[in-house]
Amino acid sequence: MTFTKQEKIACVFLLILGVFGPILFPGYTFQIAVLWIMILFAQTWDLLGGQMGYNSLGNIFFFGVGMYICAITQIGLFYDVGIYTAAHGADTAQFSSDQYYIGIFSGLFFAAIGSAILSVFLGWAVFGLRGPYFAIGTLGVALSAGELIGAWEWVGGGGGIALPVFPGSGDAKSIFFYILCFLSATMTFLFLKWLYSTRFGLALNAIRDDEDKAESMGLHTLRYKTIAWAISAFFLGITGGLFGNMTGFIEPLEVAFPTITFGIFMVAMCLLGGKGTFWGPILGAVLFHFIKEATWIYFLGWQWIALGVIIILNIIFFQQGIMGYLQEKFPHWFGIEVEDKSLNQTNKVENSQ
Amino acid sequence: MTYSIEVKNVSKSFGGVIANQNITINVPESRITGLIGPNGSGKTTLFNSIVGYHPIDQGSIKFRDQEISKKTVQQIARLGLLRTFQQTRIYGQINSIKNMLISVSHQNTKFIDMFKPYPVELTEKAEYFLEFVGLYKKRKLLSGDLSFGQQKLLEFAMALMNDPKVLLLDEPTAGINPTLINGLIDRLNRANTEFKITLFVIEHNMRVVMNLADNIYCLAHGELLAHGKPSDIQSNPRVIDAYLGAH
Repeated sequence: MTFTKQEKIACVFLLILGVFGPILFPGYTFQIAVLWIMILFAQTWDLLGGQMGYNSLGNIFFFGVGMYICAITQIGLFYDVGIYTAAHGADTAQFSSDQYYIGIFSGLFFAAIGSAILSVFLGWAVFGLRGPYFAIGTLGVALSAGELIGAWEWVGGGGGIALPVFPGSGDAKSIFFYILCFLSATMTFLFLKWLYSTRFGLALNAIRDDEDKAESMGLHTLRYKTIAWAISAFFLGITGGLFGNMTGFIEPLEVAFPTITFGIFMVAMCLLGGKGTFWGPILGAVLFHFIKEATWIYFLGWQWIALGVIIILNIIFFQQGIMGYLQEKFPHWFGIEVEDKSLNQTNKVENSQ
Repeated sequence: MTYSIEVKNVSKSFGGVIANQNITINVPESRITGLIGPNGSGKTTLFNSIVGYHPIDQGSIKFRDQEISKKTVQQIARLGLLRTFQQTRIYGQINSIKNMLISVSHQNTKFIDMFKPYPVELTEKAEYFLEFVGLYKKRKLLSGDLSFGQQKLLEFAMALMNDPKVLLLDEPTAGINPTLINGLIDRLNRANTEFKITLFVIEHNMRVVMNLADNIYCLAHGELLAHGKPSDIQSNPRVIDAYLGAH
């Protein structure tokens, strides 16, 4: 795992934003925390979509699964989940400070593990699909999960679950979750940076470029794909657990499995920044989040149209994204060598002979 | 003589089209065997059957006395039986060195190996083979930017990197600049003698296959037409008929 000079500068910038952001702009703590979640979304999506070439539209599934597993653990450790959800939560149940912290940390733990395990089983079902079929198949999984949870009364059904209340002031709560979001994003960042430096990273690229070839060379392609998805699910599960607790109330369609908002944002952020590059998704997430918040403030009522226009322009005119564009224009910045144009000419002559 | 690959009475049809019928072929160990035949005679289908791309309808395929007709593509590849493609296949968005590194044999890899970096020796080995096929200078270019002929050479080098026991080559000289063909024949011969790789080669270029192989099988209309030394095949009237279309 090595960082170039530019990468170090970018890391320092992110670190400064991470540490001083909420101190300098305390009113925006929640928004900056969501920014870290967005970066995590983009990076975990890019692990499959960019590095491995499997465009999933259903990664949000693991976000929702993590959210529900975390919530059920938090409640189930101390109360009967069915009774709790039937009574619509917090008004009948009280969580002490200890119970809260034990609940949330074990909840996040099980959310991560549970999502990862589920992704392995799901992988067996969907990794036979390729290209657009994989995208639609995974989208179907996310959509149906939302509907299924909505019909499952034990976990509150469509009415959702009110989560245990944070034992402390509002400010303490936002700082607590801010730190957890920042740590999760940092963990994901470092883990993926390391992962891409191993054989695993290269195998993912090989699967992206030509999976049949990779199979014919004896790579355990299904194993690589499943593990990649499990890694993605692991981190998304944690994020789901965190986000559920940040909002305080979860329900299946809008919060846990928001396929058309977060589910699409993941893809849009990677496309904007440049999928398949390490920094593209991060840059894309920062820009996208910024644009999204700006449109919500200044174009209220038109915000979805503005976002839609950006996504459409991005896809029609700028598919390679920002980092992809820079990589084409200035390959030497990225340590990619290209052939000298003059050399190319002589080669063409040689080949045509 | 010991055989690396023993194909016995193999048949394969796609719907009503019989691609291979009752084919029996033996590929002797550490030699170069040729496979010729007109277009559509079932050569590539036979290759695909051997490496496990599709199940065969009947017959048996043995690799070093081990039945492989029920194994998957990956399992067969890990045994050391590799193939290259007629339509060259390489990993286009990474450079040639990385193409080589990922082609290292997965035969004895343990689970944990996935998460290790590549040792320096492997990079040296990759560079050695790239030098061997004449791509050393272009090793850091994205392999998708290489010319078709160069990609073909890269694919060959990737196969060597895997240390296969047997290599099936599907038209190794198709699309290669004629002036480079002699160099390629020489490299194929060296792969056979120096690296002790048994070769089984589909080839349309008669000059190449006659120079390369020490025994040749000829297919036509999905059936085995002839087998013998290059000189016998060349003068076999049935082979000549098949190629000239009198069949």
